[in-house]
Amino acid sequence: MSRELILGRLRAALGAPRPAPADPPRAYRGAGALAVDLDVLVDRLTDYRATVHRCGDADIARVVDQVLGGRQVVVPPELPRRWLPDSVRAVPDDDLPAARIAALDGVVTAAAVAVAETGTVVLDGAPDQGRRIITLLPDVHVCVLRTDQVVATVPDAVARLDPHRPLTWISGPSATSDIELNRVEGVHGPRNLHVIIVA
Amino acid sequence: MTRTFLGMPATAPRGVGHLRGDESFPVAARRGLADPQLRRNLGHATGTIRAKSAAVIGELPDWAQLRAAGRAIKTDTMARLPELLEQLEAAVTRAGGTVHWAADAVEANRIVTDLVRGTGAERVMKVKSMATQEIGLNEALAEAGIEAVETDLAELIVQLGDDRPSHILVPAIHRNRAEVREIFLRAMPGVDPALSDEPAALAAAARRHLRETFLSTRVAVSGANFAVAETGTLAVVESEGNGRMCLTLPETLITVMGIEKVVPTWRDLEVFLQLLPRASTGERMNPYTSMWTGITPGDGPQVFHLVLLDNGRSAVLADPVGRAALHCIRCSACLNVCPVYERAGGHAYGSVYPGPIGAVLSPQLTGVADNASLPYASSLCGACYDACPVMIDIPSILVHLRGQAPHPRAERATMAAAAYTMDRPVLYAAAQRAAKLSRLAGRRGRGLPPPLSGWTASRDLPQPPPESFRQWWASR
Ligand code: SF4
Repeated sequence: MSRELILGRLRAALGAPRPAPADPPRAYRGAGALAVDLDVLVDRLTDYRATVHRCGDADIARVVDQVLGGRQVVVPPELPRRWLPDSVRAVPDDDLPAARIAALDGVVTAAAVAVAETGTVVLDGAPDQGRRIITLLPDVHVCVLRTDQVVATVPDAVARLDPHRPLTWISGPSATSDIELNRVEGVHGPRNLHVIIVA
Repeated sequence: MTRTFLGMPATAPRGVGHLRGDESFPVAARRGLADPQLRRNLGHATGTIRAKSAAVIGELPDWAQLRAAGRAIKTDTMARLPELLEQLEAAVTRAGGTVHWAADAVEANRIVTDLVRGTGAERVMKVKSMATQEIGLNEALAEAGIEAVETDLAELIVQLGDDRPSHILVPAIHRNRAEVREIFLRAMPGVDPALSDEPAALAAAARRHLRETFLSTRVAVSGANFAVAETGTLAVVESEGNGRMCLTLPETLITVMGIEKVVPTWRDLEVFLQLLPRASTGERMNPYTSMWTGITPGDGPQVFHLVLLDNGRSAVLADPVGRAALHCIRCSACLNVCPVYERAGGHAYGSVYPGPIGAVLSPQLTGVADNASLPYASSLCGACYDACPVMIDIPSILVHLRGQAPHPRAERATMAAAAYTMDRPVLYAAAQRAAKLSRLAGRRGRGLPPPLSGWTASRDLPQPPPESFRQWWASR
């Protein structure tokens, strides 16, 4: 069976004696090395063409209204209802078929972590973020972020996240660099990413 | 079958997949050299990406430390590869996935074809994967009557243009916007005849073209950038969202992964997720990275197969000098800085792995005899080593492999490579002198001149290679 064949080949390739496992040098800036700077996050998100809104908790619905007022949006099962204005028709995701989700205008979710240095939002499928499909098919994604979810660097984010959950790292709207290596927004994912940072 | 036979590292078999070209590098390179449009497209594209990459690498004060960590993690990984793969297998299985082992391209193609057949599907959608190109999976599926739809914009351009990929990251890098528009107008069903050549308009056309495919295809095939042995987590790094579509929408996901892609721990991703996007597309972070561990009930594919591919990798591992080629994270930075790649184009390398990394990886996967000219497809200027985010010393491996090339063919290859280089003596001599001088200057702390200054601003410079190609040639 090929499992034994391959493992045997690899052991033969390495020969003996084998070096003991070595701890890699980690002299780079690890988790906790840097203080969070929200302005850096805003700068990096904006640089990759996400739209950033900053507001208090009571104003989330007002901002969602600005972005998605009059539209139909899918929402994860446990999105706080107070985030949604009356002007938005919310369709909760109770295992909606893909075609139904694709026909909706937008999606509103929370987030798990955000990385300031790279302008990245990470979703982990918690009930206020929902299945991966709902943030993929609609063309507008509004993501609500609490400031205590923001970390400084990638190592901070890796330390906070649970690898056993499905993770989606999002840095700006869908883009491609495939034509002459210029980043162009808008291929298959949402072409509009709004991040609401809630103080 | 005896035990000793079982244990012998093996190169990738002939007659399947895309690791061997039809002609030697110098012969194939002549076509690229004779195509001024290709050279302009490549020059423009690689120039753009070098500048972007230099800028975002310059933002990180610890780039040198990240590179050192990346290299150390990969070195440790290769030293423990069999154990890590067993650990990965156990973790993926625990999380609800099924692991398959493929000794070579033939077996991998058979495994995937059987898995797809088992679902009853007649079409699969694919997210760009070097491993599946290497094994010729699309052709194998086609023989079984299964259509494989490439969903990356660049792969789509290549597929619709009936063309071959020429770059690891941007397979259609040899095409400019006007050419892409023409291909779409010719080959994309139902495309708006008024389509402009604005990249945004071209991207929108691809979005419309593939939407229905994403929503209706039940099986997807992907590669993987990383697989974490400790947790069983797979990661795919991408830009467009077609990866997310393939990893999220279908019922069945089949991931084909070279065995060298495993990393020991979850924490190791904190290194590679910083190195890869900055070296690759020149972004602080690519738009989307998906990570999944086996099956998540109610979210995404409910059937997950992981195919672990050897196909010559065990033979690469058997060479203590050459095995560093397995450290490659396929960022393509070495292509973008390579003067030979920029002039010859990716097709000249024959294999799906072009550029400097291809020149060291392909001959080792196939055995040097089958790619004897590739170790000579370099001027040993060392720019690839400077650019490589995991510090693979490509020039040293090239020199090492030249020593292994069978003698008569090696002579021929050398002659041809030399002829091609000598054809442009002024340019090459100047480039080599500049590279060598600036590398020496760099070691005194001044760094490389533009456009390479960005690379070296935060990197430690390696020793210059002992002799340049021309010096080496002259001394023969
Ligand atoms: S060899 Fe290094 S620079 Fe080249 S593609 Fe691989 S990781 Fe990138």
